[in-house]
Amino acid sequence: MEIFAQQLVNGLVLGSIYALVALGYTMVYGILGLINFAHGDITMIGALVSITVVQLLAAAGMPAAVTLVLAGGVAMVVCVILGVSIERVAYRPLRRAPRLAPLITAIGISILLQYSAALIWGKQYIAMPELIEPTRISIAGAQLTDLQAAIFLLACLIMAGLLWFIKTSRMGRAMRATEQNPDVAGLMGVNTNTVIAFTFVLGSAIGAIAGLMVVLYYGLGHYFMGFMLGLKAFTAAVLGGIGNVAGAVLGGLLLGVIESLASGYIGDLTGGVLGSNYRDIFAFLVLVLVLVLKPSGLMGQHSGDRA
Amino acid sequence: MQMHSLRHTAAALITGALIAGCGQDAPAPKAAAPAAPQMLTIKIGSASPLTGPQAHIGVDIRNGVQLAIEDANTANIEIGGKKARFEMVAEDDEANPTKATTVAQKLVDAKVAAVVGHFNSGASIPASKIYSDAGIPQISPSSTNPKYTQQGFKTTFRVVAHDDQQGPTLARFAAKTLQAKRVAVIDDSTAYGQGLADAFEKTIKEQNIEVVAREHTTDKDTDFRAILTKIKGNKPDLIMFGGIDPQAAPMIKQMKELGIKAGFIGGDGMQTPNFIKIAGDASDGAMASIPGLPKEQMPGGTAFLEKYKAKFGQEVELFAPMGYDAVMVFIDAMKRAGSADPAKFLPEIGKTNYQGVIGPIAFDDKGDLVNGPITIYVVKDGAWKPLETVKPDAAAAGK
Repeated sequence: MEIFAQQLVNGLVLGSIYALVALGYTMVYGILGLINFAHGDITMIGALVSITVVQLLAAAGMPAAVTLVLAGGVAMVVCVILGVSIERVAYRPLRRAPRLAPLITAIGISILLQYSAALIWGKQYIAMPELIEPTRISIAGAQLTDLQAAIFLLACLIMAGLLWFIKTSRMGRAMRATEQNPDVAGLMGVNTNTVIAFTFVLGSAIGAIAGLMVVLYYGLGHYFMGFMLGLKAFTAAVLGGIGNVAGAVLGGLLLGVIESLASGYIGDLTGGVLGSNYRDIFAFLVLVLVLVLKPSGLMGQHSGDRA
Repeated sequence: MQMHSLRHTAAALITGALIAGCGQDAPAPKAAAPAAPQMLTIKIGSASPLTGPQAHIGVDIRNGVQLAIEDANTANIEIGGKKARFEMVAEDDEANPTKATTVAQKLVDAKVAAVVGHFNSGASIPASKIYSDAGIPQISPSSTNPKYTQQGFKTTFRVVAHDDQQGPTLARFAAKTLQAKRVAVIDDSTAYGQGLADAFEKTIKEQNIEVVAREHTTDKDTDFRAILTKIKGNKPDLIMFGGIDPQAAPMIKQMKELGIKAGFIGGDGMQTPNFIKIAGDASDGAMASIPGLPKEQMPGGTAFLEKYKAKFGQEVELFAPMGYDAVMVFIDAMKRAGSADPAKFLPEIGKTNYQGVIGPIAFDDKGDLVNGPITIYVVKDGAWKPLETVKPDAAAAGK
């Protein structure tokens, strides 16, 4: 039971990071019908920028809290500028092009970001200086560090805030209108270009925070880290129903927990034939099952034939 | 529509992976000036990862090779009565088995006389077939997977102890010095990591110590909490990891965070400064074996370390002395054969009896280093400190 509780904690924290990144995929998909493959790499840029900021500030002897806030702030600014420029330069000119064109462009941008990062930061793993010695809290036999708790709570806060924002604010309503039909929304006086740019602002800023969380959590960053993270987050978005914000949250948390439980129990379940390195089989098996039974994902609704 | 777009996505992903797979090559050194008539120009290949997460170790090897070649050129060596000039051809295998074969073919095509490399066992093994077919001798400075020299090739040598020696040495150390009773074993599913872990596990069982868990991860992962949580339930007093530092460092960190009090031990892949840098305070008490003597205790160590630092402005990472000696072993064999023709000097390599930086070098009939020592290190006060040096053959005899 203690082990199970611990695996649940492991999975929820991992899942909350997946969920944050998945939000970026799902929001852009919802509005543009585009899978923004560069999003994982924007998260990577956020992660590496925050490592650099922390390295600089820690050397200058700044207190940990200030360092963290500044690192998050700088990473957000960089990622937002990057996200909006990518949308403006790479996606907007292709908005009416066949769907495959922006998808390939997105992959191109993803590779561009990876190798630019390799040029700037080098291809080696970069260590994140340890800012705060993690203290351990014990809940129902499970060990939880204050950092894990902070990551989970902050992720929940951001996700709840985003849902509330989309539901209640004027911009949120414009986003939902653009999602349903950009042309009609435009006729009703919604500036769809602004709405789309704003979607990238939101997604990139949240991605930057997720990047900071990853380097805090694992203590290292790498120019290629966005690839796997992006793939997992994209899977989470599809699992929850791509285009649906609450679905991305559910999908992310679910994927994290499935992965964790699979790593923990796959060896025992298969009598040692499959080791924990096969955990992704479980995650993707669940994905296939969900898509077979409910092609739009767990919380996805059919948005007509527009997508 | 959804399924349709997903199919596109899959296709695009594969395309993306293919594109990403075509990394850049390290720029090959410029062609040397045309040699004087009585000069013999001898090319020596160096193959190791010069980019990627293991670049720091690969560059270290290349630096060792470069240093040896410069020293050999200053020494005005004559081979078969002709003045010899040595030249390095350095290639980047990205620690990737597929890339390693491409690089091997490139070196063969460049007509190198001999190759120092590769770093990873997973790269050395596939590449060795290409060198063997071309009749070019290969000395790996660092590949410790036993299979490397067990393929029946006459061209494969190594100047490190292998995992069938390293793994058991670690296991005997765990049994005798650490008095371990319950051991958990994790590997990174690579030829090196799994080979090391398998050899360790085998000897541990022979010592009648219980292996309470055997887990696998990959060499890309950074989240081991799920595996470690499972292992925690098995209550080990020692966790052994077969793998390299980008995994070992987060692993020990997460171990401490989960409140696992077991010891942590691994092979040479995690005995790096980077391990301590990434893991921070959590690295304290971690143990790792490394083939060879501590670099300060090598017979030619102090002089080499100083020379290396003066030349490259940084400390020796790991395998530079082995890379250096590998070149010297080749040159020694060429001198004795009076030829730089691989067909002529290859038989001489097997008869090597050379006093290198790392100590006496001689090979057995498979090409393995005879009686290579293994040293076990522990992290103390933020640095790797030598704990115990074992000669594998002596240890095996004394068990």
